[in-house]
Amino acid sequence: MRGAVGGIWRYLRRNPSLTLGVTLLAALGLFVVIGGLAVDIEDARPLSAPTLRPPSWDYPFGTDRQGRDLLAVIIAGTPLTLRIGFIAGFLGVGLGTVLGFIAAYYRGVLDAVIRSVADIGLTVPGLLVLIIIAVSIKGTLTVNQMAIVVASLAWLYPTRTIRAQVLSLRERGYVEVALLSGMSGPEIIFLELMPNLLPYLAATLVNSVAAAILASIGLEVLGLGPIDAPTLGMTLYWVNFNAAMINGWWWWWLAPTVVIVTVFLGLFFLTVGLDEIANPRLRRSA
Amino acid sequence: MTVEQSGPVLQVECLRVAFEHPRGLVRAVDDVSFSLLPGERFGLAGESGSGKSTLALAILRMIKPPGHIEAGDVRFLGASLAGLDDERIRALRLAGIALVPQGSMNSLNPVLRIGHQIADAFVDHGLRLGREETEGRIAALLSEVGLPASVARMYPHELSGGMKQRACIAIAICLRPKVIIADEPTSALDVVVQRQVMATLARVQRDLGAAVILIGHDMGLMAQFVDRLGVMYAGRLVELAPIDKIIARPRHPYTRALIASLPSLERRSTLAGIPGLAPSLLELPAGCAFHPRCGLAVERCRRERPAVRQIEDAAVACHLA
Amino acid sequence: MRAAYIARRFGVFLLILWLAATLNFFLPRLSGQDPVHAKLLQQAALGGYVQAGIEEMTREYERRFGLDRPLWRQYLTYLADVARLDFNYSIANYPKTVRELVADAVPWTLGLLGTTTLLSFVIGSLLGALLAWPRAPRWMLWLMPPLWALHAIPFFLLGLILTYLLAFQLPLLPIFGGYSPGATPSFSWRFVWDVFQHALLPAMSIILVATGGWALGMRGMMVTTMGEDYVVFAEAKGLKAPTVFLRYCLRNAILPQVTALALALGQILSGAVLVEVIFGYPGIGTLLFQAIRENDHFVIQGVVFIVIVALGLTTFVLDVVYPWLDPRISYRRT
Repeated sequence: MRGAVGGIWRYLRRNPSLTLGVTLLAALGLFVVIGGLAVDIEDARPLSAPTLRPPSWDYPFGTDRQGRDLLAVIIAGTPLTLRIGFIAGFLGVGLGTVLGFIAAYYRGVLDAVIRSVADIGLTVPGLLVLIIIAVSIKGTLTVNQMAIVVASLAWLYPTRTIRAQVLSLRERGYVEVALLSGMSGPEIIFLELMPNLLPYLAATLVNSVAAAILASIGLEVLGLGPIDAPTLGMTLYWVNFNAAMINGWWWWWLAPTVVIVTVFLGLFFLTVGLDEIANPRLRRSA
Repeated sequence: MTVEQSGPVLQVECLRVAFEHPRGLVRAVDDVSFSLLPGERFGLAGESGSGKSTLALAILRMIKPPGHIEAGDVRFLGASLAGLDDERIRALRLAGIALVPQGSMNSLNPVLRIGHQIADAFVDHGLRLGREETEGRIAALLSEVGLPASVARMYPHELSGGMKQRACIAIAICLRPKVIIADEPTSALDVVVQRQVMATLARVQRDLGAAVILIGHDMGLMAQFVDRLGVMYAGRLVELAPIDKIIARPRHPYTRALIASLPSLERRSTLAGIPGLAPSLLELPAGCAFHPRCGLAVERCRRERPAVRQIEDAAVACHLA
Repeated sequence: MRAAYIARRFGVFLLILWLAATLNFFLPRLSGQDPVHAKLLQQAALGGYVQAGIEEMTREYERRFGLDRPLWRQYLTYLADVARLDFNYSIANYPKTVRELVADAVPWTLGLLGTTTLLSFVIGSLLGALLAWPRAPRWMLWLMPPLWALHAIPFFLLGLILTYLLAFQLPLLPIFGGYSPGATPSFSWRFVWDVFQHALLPAMSIILVATGGWALGMRGMMVTTMGEDYVVFAEAKGLKAPTVFLRYCLRNAILPQVTALALALGQILSGAVLVEVIFGYPGIGTLLFQAIRENDHFVIQGVVFIVIVALGLTTFVLDVVYPWLDPRISYRRT
């Protein structure tokens, strides 16, 4: 046990990006969890506090125009935003993995179709299609519906990258050996290809989650998100709506901005760290 | 083969190249010395990882970090290269000492036409030639290596392996160098093309009067082409002698094993290999580097590293020679 | 042969257009929403129109907007209209047509997006290439961490931060809009300077973030390229350092970068839309935002379609240009 912990610690020291990413995200997670115990989530609703108070002892993050306690908003909203990102990201990578594998392994018409759809889908700016979808749905979205909407496009990029990876792996010797020794298609996929793909899948997953969070925040800032939810993107929407910048209510936009920056930096460094694991050639020489 | 100078054209003196590895210092080239006479054909043979290519790069002073030249010197036409600044070394490359690279696969820039890749050597070495003259010279060079002039306008991916290798030879001789270092020029080619390329190299070298260092691991090829052969093992030079002497009477056990492993056209016998594996340079055996695989090893071989001794016209590094 | 390649690429472009138009048409209708009716109800709620007249007005508007005909006829008419770049009237700003509104907004976005993308790509690639070169000046290495950190965050967030620092704390630059309120667009230097000042913050938000991305990517490509056999041979040929850097390394490393640019265009545009919204910059981003707020479906559809057309066209152009950059890609392959 001690050896394993020591091993992990040594690796973390050699891979500063991974360490930084994990630290940032863990810190954020800790903040949200502890905050959830210390603060009343109900205060994230409008009219729970006096309006437009700058940060003070009672309201460490200040309050907004509708009387929300911004600390509560952040603590309640961060998990919501992250949840959308995770659901959409996982769904996207899940579907992308399946499609990417099928396309790369079986090739032929199936490959041509999947590849063309993914390529065409990627040239279109995702946010705009999401806007069309969001606008077409009657009424406003709930948090989970947002996740599904974002997921509808989240599979495009993972499909492409995973297909490329599987294609390159496929050409390597051990697949031929497996085929010669009589393994079936699915067996080869799961027992031979998957394990080698895992670090790469992890990196793609983190990427996908980051992209999904970005997409959801984008939709929310435009006002297409779940109107009542105190998510980070919606908070920014209200910031924009009330011209908080011009009016000098700096605390209103500062908190969500800091949190979003932390999330993205954390995810970015995590991706870089995972890339190093996936591609040993990128490892820095000690 | 006109010999204009009396002295050797290239002298490698006790050259040592070290690489810093997290687990220790790796000496890819360890105390190697030899001389090259004008117009001579010198072979350098050894297994992969024996340091041959590193030696070639070291002569051109192209060793990059984490490697460096730890000790020794290289003399070209009597002048030491160690003291030269970067600009002088740069000018010397291709014009004085030229490299014909290994792996004609990828040694040519994929986005430039062959002609341009010859022309930019002219330009960067200070030759101010008009367009017509440049084209003329390029065409002449290409015909020297047996390629049609139309190759100048082609891209590397449009050429076959043998053509690419010959294009590399053309580039290497374009400034009439005195020394040509050919690093495994035929490794990736089939036998028929190999022969063409080696014939081209031989002809070109003769016409130029240049000395050639042929690096490779194919003893058969060496036997046909070189005048003298040096054998490397684990970064060290273990034997150096005229080729006919080495073939007829190899003095170092490793050389003997190498020659014995050549399949014979006359006799039928089981193929003989060399037992064991080449040592990792991080964990070299004490004493003689070859002793774990040597059938004749004695106690002294395990303790003491043999120095290079002159025996008649051969130089050998073995206690038992 | 070359014509076949171009024709095929163009065919893909047309396919994308058709798909976009069709999606644009069917998606909103799937939810059973009637945009005109909804709009009128909204106006009624705000302005207090008489309820009784609503039904007639709806029917009149529906006829005018063509919503009373069978679906397939609407579809065909829609396709024909789109081909003529007729996107109908704007529901919210009637009688302005969607085309007018889009035409007003496009130059702003084109200017902002075009220049920032080009600048960040060129500067970023050069910077990245230099960062990979072992003989680069030491101080350049200090640029890496900030570039890394910056490129991970969305454009508009940096926009917010920059606005606070440069427009609010130190009132150096204007916060909002494309030009000062009350100024009339003209070709005078004064106006151009005004536009420039207003464009600076949005442009900087995009450039500072995007440059980092390109630099990182280029640096990675350069490191890979510098290890290639042909670079070793180039040095062995005694070529000068700038020659090796430009003709052998950069020239090869830039190829995947250009591909990456083609793929990233959609993302860059999405980011730019949000930047415009934050800054109230009068481009299609703000137009889209207002249309969303006012439930002006026709404008939304028009904007989205135009954007897809523009991106498809750009990708098409890049596709055609690429074989010219990389001789290994022949026109024969798809």
